[in-house]
Amino acid sequence: MSQTLNSLRFRITKRFGAKTVLDDFALEVRGRQFVTLLGPSGCGKSTALNIVAGLIPASEGELWIDGARMDQLPAEQRGFGMVFQNYALFPHMTVFGNIAFGLEIQRRPAAEIEQRVRAMLALVQLPELGDRYPSQLSGGQQQRVAIARALVLEPRLLLLDEPLSNLDAKLRIEMRAEIKRIHASLGLTCIYVTHDQTEALSLSDWIVVMRDGIVMQAGPPSEIYNHPKNVFVADFMGFRNFFSGRIGADGALEGAGGAWRIRGRAHDALAPGAPATAAIRPEDVQVGTEAGVNRFRGKVEIVEYLGRENEGVLRLEDQSSLWVHTPARLAPGETVAVTFPPDKVIFLPGAPETQS
Amino acid sequence: MIGSRRGEPRELDLTALLCLAPSVLYVVVLFVYPFLHGIYLSLRPVKQPGLSLANYVAFFSDEWQYGTIWITFTLAVPTTVIVVSTALFLAYGMRRGIRMERTITTILVLPVSLGVILLSIGIQGFYGSRGWFNQMLIGAGLLSEPLQLTNNHTGVMLSLFMQQFPFCFLMLLGYISGIDPTLEKSARTLGANSWIVFRRVMLPLMAPGIAIAVALVFVMSFAVFPSAILLGQPAGSTRTIAIAAYHQAFEHYDMSYASAIAVIMGLCQLAGLVLIVLVRQRMVMAPTMGVGKR
Repeated sequence: MSQTLNSLRFRITKRFGAKTVLDDFALEVRGRQFVTLLGPSGCGKSTALNIVAGLIPASEGELWIDGARMDQLPAEQRGFGMVFQNYALFPHMTVFGNIAFGLEIQRRPAAEIEQRVRAMLALVQLPELGDRYPSQLSGGQQQRVAIARALVLEPRLLLLDEPLSNLDAKLRIEMRAEIKRIHASLGLTCIYVTHDQTEALSLSDWIVVMRDGIVMQAGPPSEIYNHPKNVFVADFMGFRNFFSGRIGADGALEGAGGAWRIRGRAHDALAPGAPATAAIRPEDVQVGTEAGVNRFRGKVEIVEYLGRENEGVLRLEDQSSLWVHTPARLAPGETVAVTFPPDKVIFLPGAPETQS
Repeated sequence: MIGSRRGEPRELDLTALLCLAPSVLYVVVLFVYPFLHGIYLSLRPVKQPGLSLANYVAFFSDEWQYGTIWITFTLAVPTTVIVVSTALFLAYGMRRGIRMERTITTILVLPVSLGVILLSIGIQGFYGSRGWFNQMLIGAGLLSEPLQLTNNHTGVMLSLFMQQFPFCFLMLLGYISGIDPTLEKSARTLGANSWIVFRRVMLPLMAPGIAIAVALVFVMSFAVFPSAILLGQPAGSTRTIAIAAYHQAFEHYDMSYASAIAVIMGLCQLAGLVLIVLVRQRMVMAPTMGVGKR
């Protein structure tokens, strides 16, 4: 039902005073794609979305849709829908009034407005709530209304700025499924901004991981999840354990002074002698096995019960910490053997930075 | 869901009532008693014994007296309109913050610290027929004789504007910057241009604040007294109702008549307030300012 869009591409630089928030940030989105900008707060993802929407001017850059340049148009003439983190419903209008707002500006006939608003209320599964005011709705209901209000205008592009961040955990998962359903059923093109990797992985066709206004990696979710290209993306994708050293002659990573050797796989081949970092997820660490390569011993320091499994923090012989997730029972103070299956260890170029 | 709490019966809480006592006492002693005493006084004319409406009859049968109501309205209403619309215009423009905001705000607010008398003398010195303003314009050859800006209606309104504007501006600025800026953003992505954003989103949300500003400026302007004497024609075109009351009280020593005039002045202010509330209710229904969860 939405107007279709074949391709959107932009290239944006944004400076606030001397600070560069977005440094030549470029992206190309195909029609019906669900693209997520993922990154920690302050990485520029929301600024980028607001610039695409036309709500913040870019310092430099351009925005093209199907061969037409859009960046000179004011926000109200771009025809993009936008959903905000705090819903931004008009408190003095009813739910019906909120959804009808855009259609009234277009001076549509009353009968058409009525019919389209009712259809939207049905789509977001709130058919009975047209007469309520936003303050009478729960957070999840308000966000549904906000989505309906944006979609009723049949935008060719829907921008979502952390739409689920204000909701509690259970509702967030429900609304995530809801957004996925609406995206699929209407064939929408979406740009979604979040700091939550689970949201990004579950919703997107394409993820752009950002940091300090620069793209760290872009690709489909499975690629980002399984083959992070650098320590930053790996850290974001749940690789919590990092070992930095140099690549040895046989391709294994060696710790300083040959304290340890780790075998793993590298996305891009690394030359012998190059500084590199091995990364492994806590859930991939094998606890209690003595056989095979990548063997370590550690003393259990902290154990947290997570339900299905335990999370433990081990202190290794070289005093570094190792996070493990294991169904095995761990007791603080005991020494356990751990191994890292080589296919679960990834080698990344460079050394990890101290994370804040 | 909404308002269900209102219906619940509440038990009388003695501690709460006791805590209330000091403020009730304060209101009774400083407001209710003087107010009622003033009404009582106004109903006991000096010239005849007992209670009567003689003072009110006297006021409304003397044009020199009842004319002051009209004079006061012609000062208070235009002042209110000019002050609130200027303050609204500026505050709306500054709602997202501007460069040198603190400096500009300080300059705008400075007149408040001077007090009415000093301010009036300053205006007299600057805008008077021999003041800098006229001297400058004459010197530049733009005028051949000075503009009469003081000792008339204009002078009083100028003074009222300078007294009322700063706090009206600050109040509206505070009110407007409290409105969630994403509301405006979302309206724009829905196709609203600046005018529609103002008319359909911001104005209804600002309405309660504007109504309060109008009410306060009107009431304070209606009570204009020192600047009407210092910058106006207290015996003529700017003889406001406050001056009339003052004459009765401190020149004719007729406290009873003065009280009657004060009561009439209070009723006029009340009428203005009622009108403001009615207009505001008719204009928009803005049930809540709150955004997000309750």
